Amino acid sequence: MNLAQLKQMSDVEWRIAPSGKMRVPAVIYADQALISEMDEKVYEQITNVATLPGIVQAAYAMPDAHWGYGFPIGGVAAFDADEGGVVSAGGVGFDISCGVRTLHTGLKAEDIAPLKQRLADRLFTHIPAGVGSTGLLRLNAGEMDAMLRGGARWAVEHGYGSEADLDRIEEHGCMAGAEPSRVSEHAKRRQRDEIGTLGSGNHYLELQEIVEIYDIKAAERFRLRQGEVVVSIHCGSRGLGHQIGTEFLKQMVIAAPGYGIDLPDRELACAPIHSPVGQDYLGAMRAAVNCALANRQVITNLTRKVFADLVPGTHLTLIYDVSHNTCKEEWHTVGGQTRRLYVHRKGATRAFGPGHPSLPGELRDIGQPVLIGGSMGTASYILVGTEEGGTRAFSSACHGAGRAMSRHQATRQWHGRALVDELASQGILIRSPSLRGVAEEAPGAYKDVSAVVEAADRAGLARKVAKLKPLVCIKG
Amino acid sequence: MGGVYWEHFSHQADMGVRGIGPTLAVAFEQAALAMTAIVTDPAWVVPDTAVEIRCEAPDDELLLADWLNALILEMAARHMLFSRFEVTLNGQRLHATAWGEAVDTQKHQPAVEVKGATYTELKVEKGESGRWLAQCVVDV
Repeated sequence: MNLAQLKQMSDVEWRIAPSGKMRVPAVIYADQALISEMDEKVYEQITNVATLPGIVQAAYAMPDAHWGYGFPIGGVAAFDADEGGVVSAGGVGFDISCGVRTLHTGLKAEDIAPLKQRLADRLFTHIPAGVGSTGLLRLNAGEMDAMLRGGARWAVEHGYGSEADLDRIEEHGCMAGAEPSRVSEHAKRRQRDEIGTLGSGNHYLELQEIVEIYDIKAAERFRLRQGEVVVSIHCGSRGLGHQIGTEFLKQMVIAAPGYGIDLPDRELACAPIHSPVGQDYLGAMRAAVNCALANRQVITNLTRKVFADLVPGTHLTLIYDVSHNTCKEEWHTVGGQTRRLYVHRKGATRAFGPGHPSLPGELRDIGQPVLIGGSMGTASYILVGTEEGGTRAFSSACHGAGRAMSRHQATRQWHGRALVDELASQGILIRSPSLRGVAEEAPGAYKDVSAVVEAADRAGLARKVAKLKPLVCIKG
Repeated sequence: MGGVYWEHFSHQADMGVRGIGPTLAVAFEQAALAMTAIVTDPAWVVPDTAVEIRCEAPDDELLLADWLNALILEMAARHMLFSRFEVTLNGQRLHATAWGEAVDTQKHQPAVEVKGATYTELKVEKGESGRWLAQCVVDV
């Protein structure tokens, strides 16, 4: 990105003053190296977001921002419904509520070392991953609607986990306001046998070792101990979310002129929150959030079974579950006033600071765990929400490394088999149905996740707590 | 008639599909082949099962996105891959038959699942050479 068009506010904050049709400024959080490498499209997209009706305060881009659809991936924007604010299908994205959850195993890396191969093979066999894979559940129409209303709570009620899990999931595992009747039959058809599947692309299930602790107090509260092993699951709302995203994008593009909305880019398709299309989308999107929460809950149950078989007596407890692609109704203080806003996070993690009422009792005084995913060979991180994050970007942080290279470039540079062997020599076992898929997801095709996390920490978006190193990665 | 082909173009996080042909319908067919090639080599997909597809949109560009999205829906819901397409266009209405087979992980080694056709780099136009181009980025 050309730095001459930005005003540097600190070593990690860059501002674009409103010009043209921009209603608010745009703010990018990144250090100089990250922003220099950032695609020029991020500038174009974040300034486009700043033109949308009802946007409040500023349009934000996180340190891992890259070229997305309408919104940059790593984009955050909040809208006031009573000031003509909009909801945007492009601002949420196709994989609605794609997210990460991390579980304690209570086991030490050295304890699982002799079992690593078997764990990898067993997880790969039992967790459906990749194109065309199906879950064990077949949902009829009534069950589908119940799942879309209930989310992870529905899964727990059906024996996939316990009440304690729900405490550690955003929205307590069940997003209110879901309207299964607003979800098309096509979307439901795509989902019929996909509950409990990982998907493909950058989705994964990893065993990770906690290799470094940065914040002893927060780590204690999250019960993170160096040398212990955790399980992280990264996946989303599967076919249902994709279909909802696709259908509403088209509906909103067609409806926008009727609402007097001049779209700078069709992918920014949106509708006023107070409109039939806006309300329909919110009802369907919330149902997709529940689908993603149910999906991660069912996969958690499959993972627990594998551990129970191979390491009897292990109990996997949930640290937290975060969603990346969402629009959520939240209260935020803007200019001294508390306002109800619709916060879009497209490839960004909610990061509530200490004291937030939505956090479960045992986390309330410390803040929300913020889970940042890596990419096979690279580290993942656990951060904690900060108080100042509330004034930085509506309590939001980065979500991962973000791609630095296209899939084609990646397959030209790496071969799947060689990559699997190389990672194995580093002690990282990869299991995937597709070697080309592995090459496309090569760790080197992503930005340096450590630099992204460092920038988020320095910008006060969230604070580093622990670093995780992959041991086993099941790739879709 | 020469100049019937498909290709991919780069997008930072995802992949672009482009179909070229003497008619709009052929360009749409080629774009669909390009989409299959994101997942697997189309030559590995036996076209032995036919699926009918119909869609309709206000303009050619939205129709291309609709066509690819209708295929994505069939690929996902039927767990199929397609390698042969026959598209008929009647104004803004599309009727097509897609031939393919069920996904076989061993045989097809599917690299990635296609989530949706997007409006990014979405373009449908007739070039100076008289050939049609149909392209967009697909989310994977």
